[in-house]
Amino acid sequence: MKETRILLAQAGEITPTSAKEYGAVGGYQGLKKALAAPDKIVDIIKASGLRGRGGAGFPAGLKLSFTANTPADQKYIVCNADEGEPGTNKDRVIMEKVPHRLIEGMAIAGVAVGADKGYIYLRAEYPYVAEILEKALADARENGFLGTDILGSGHNFHIELFIGAGAYVCGEETALLDSLEGKRGEPRFKPPYPGVAGLWGKPTVINNVETLANLPGIVANGPAWFRQTGTETCPGTKLFSLSGNIANPGVYEFPIGTSIRTIFQEAGGGCPGGKKLMAIQTGGASGNIIPASLLDTPMDIDCCAKAGATFGAGDLMFIDDDQCLLDILENLMEFFEEESCGKCTPCREGNTQLLYLVRKFKDGTAEDGDLELMLELGNTMTGGCLCGLGQASPNPILSAVRFFPELFKTKSTQKGRVS
Amino acid sequence: MAESVNDRCCCSATAEVLEQTAAIAAKGRDRPEMLIPILHQVQAIAGNSIDHQVAQVVAREMRLPLARIYGVETFYSFFSAKKRGKIIIRLCKSAPCHLKGTQGILEAFEKTLGIKAGETTADGKFTLETCECIGACDVSPAALIDGVVYGNLTPAKVSELVSSLGEGVKA
Repeated sequence: MKETRILLAQAGEITPTSAKEYGAVGGYQGLKKALAAPDKIVDIIKASGLRGRGGAGFPAGLKLSFTANTPADQKYIVCNADEGEPGTNKDRVIMEKVPHRLIEGMAIAGVAVGADKGYIYLRAEYPYVAEILEKALADARENGFLGTDILGSGHNFHIELFIGAGAYVCGEETALLDSLEGKRGEPRFKPPYPGVAGLWGKPTVINNVETLANLPGIVANGPAWFRQTGTETCPGTKLFSLSGNIANPGVYEFPIGTSIRTIFQEAGGGCPGGKKLMAIQTGGASGNIIPASLLDTPMDIDCCAKAGATFGAGDLMFIDDDQCLLDILENLMEFFEEESCGKCTPCREGNTQLLYLVRKFKDGTAEDGDLELMLELGNTMTGGCLCGLGQASPNPILSAVRFFPELFKTKSTQKGRVS
Repeated sequence: MAESVNDRCCCSATAEVLEQTAAIAAKGRDRPEMLIPILHQVQAIAGNSIDHQVAQVVAREMRLPLARIYGVETFYSFFSAKKRGKIIIRLCKSAPCHLKGTQGILEAFEKTLGIKAGETTADGKFTLETCECIGACDVSPAALIDGVVYGNLTPAKVSELVSSLGEGVKA
């Protein structure tokens, strides 16, 4: 089965920054429809069943409705382009290849909820993407798709590009908002949620790049069209970021519900060098590590959860049998220990201790009780941390204990190799 | 996160740099939300770092407490209170690159430059940093150097890369 390109249909076919070329292949039709009937947009998105593509899978229409239904003198649309999850680069591809799709999606969201100002929060690691976005934004303004009185409709919508400064935690929506306000990017206590009190306390729709990029197609073609692809509870396509020990790493678009095996073989080309697949880390650095025996798991939020995998932002990191899983777990925990913002205790202290315990297993110095301690700590963090970073960071360890219990021997010399 | 304030070295900003810093920071007076864009601009003219004197000027011109400047500059990995080289090599050490042999690339950079990760060469040309995912997992192992991604690195490619980067850069 080949890729199904909907979001990336025009990728490589048009000059990415040109609004006219994007318009010539059906672009900005969704925005025109939205401007003609702004009140219907939220219901159209709700009916489409679109779920957030940043990792949480929250219904996008419902999110829009929170902001649409909150009266305020000022509302904002914020695009989360801070994709810092190791192994994820799909938003980069959207912004590089079809930036107008994102711009159109943000404008549609603005018209739908009554916001006239939007921000794209782009991670500092993508300076070359910033150049493309600036050009595309300028071209959209010049052609009347952005700015004051867009397409003569009386609606205004402005977008400003904001460059982050290197902090994984800013991918968490409220940390991102604090960063946009010029502060340290530390997550806020919730509620209130950004939908009612976000940027500078104003109602704010904050969505991932890919989520927003889905809006133009849905509004232009209708919810029924969107539901033709993907699954009942998770319609549409998804961009999957393939990395690790795979012949063709990269970003590929498939209908949600496509099996990991299909993506692995058809797009990824399998493991290179005749190596055997040992495990897959699903959903990014904070996602579950599953064994190769679960290769037939469909990539869909519910199926992943049932099988013990993570859908997340659609990352698949393939690990061949030459690798040591405990070494990878150590690398992952070093990442979380480094990136914890330190605001809440379970995350700040927990990641440090999880790293310490994983190293004991890797070095073969783990003692009786260390495994139980690690599981107890991991579960405490899952339930007790302030934001998704600390809630999800124990996932690789907890899933590895479940699927690869033989690795966690105490006072054992066994290294990470299984199979 | 980024290094602590204690790591800062003695101040070395020239009067000219401080003057330029003041002009940039003045644009953000009473606009605290401008702090991050302003620190990016200031750092670019102040030798890839924001030292004590520079931070004081930013605080004064933006009319923000100095602690706010420190808080922000030490939180984000792209800002540094420590003096850095003209070219910053950011080598990705996140899992996808790690799987593809970052360690060997790091050793090759350390050997070629004669410094360890986190250090700056004596001539002030290069700073070698390891960083987390730069979103170039399709060409891992990869490094981000002056805004450009260098992918599919091998230890053998490193010394050639370093000499081509160093060409035309004054020590």
